[in-house]
Amino acid sequence: MPFINGKKESKYSGVSVHEYLAVQQFDERRIAVEYNGKILPEKDYDKVILKDGDQLEVVTFVGGG
Amino acid sequence: MDLEHQNIVVAFRHALIDRLGETLYKTFADSHIAILGLGGLGSHAAISLARNGIGKLTLIDFDRVEMSNLNRQQYRLVDLGKYKCHALSEVIVSFNPLIELIAQPIRLTPDNVADYVKDVDLVLECLDEAEAKAWLVRTLRSELPDIPFIAASGMAGIGSANQIHSRKVSDNFYLCGDETSDVAEMGSLICPRVAVCAGHQALTALRLLANVED
Repeated sequence: MPFINGKKESKYSGVSVHEYLAVQQFDERRIAVEYNGKILPEKDYDKVILKDGDQLEVVTFVGGG
Repeated sequence: MDLEHQNIVVAFRHALIDRLGETLYKTFADSHIAILGLGGLGSHAAISLARNGIGKLTLIDFDRVEMSNLNRQQYRLVDLGKYKCHALSEVIVSFNPLIELIAQPIRLTPDNVADYVKDVDLVLECLDEAEAKAWLVRTLRSELPDIPFIAASGMAGIGSANQIHSRKVSDNFYLCGDETSDVAEMGSLICPRVAVCAGHQALTALRLLANVED
């Protein structure tokens, strides 16, 4: 099963990154997605299907600085 | 360089070496860090890094100093109306006679940012808008993945400083902040809380340069 933000997430195995982000209601303009240690370009959110052993990190940014 | 200034430079270097030791002094003096955004985060981080003897800083912000910045950013009344990158340079050279500064009063975009930071050892993301932080990370992590990148998210409001942390997201990508306090919801930034977050960023940078692992 894939690991998402450090947790095992079996129900997202076989699901695209785009679908995961939509289900979780992430605002795609405010996030950066790291897939197996590398940034995942937005154009690939649809193409990447989460599988066993994958590491997905979704970093959400909030305003202020 | 006149003799008096030369003496100050020698004494300053001597004092830094005395505090840091030869090895760290040399590591920091040989380093070049880019600070993108010079508000509450960037102005505090830049000053910390300059005090610790970083050899070269690139300071980028298109904004000018306003009265409403003075509650939390390291500017002075005499800086009102100046570009932040120029005002901050003046503050820094008032205590560090050795440092090399590159001040860029330009607006960063996904198309130009890599050009400005491609030669640095490390990048600090100190912007204020969530969308801008996100595109900056996406752009630099994809175009310059070998340059360590230290972002900040979540430092608004008057919550405990203990919620603010630093973590490694993946290779060369670090995040500092509480990751939740949005200025749009919290309404304001409080000087010491922004400074704590900027301190996390600056310390993460120095630890990376010093090759210190947890």
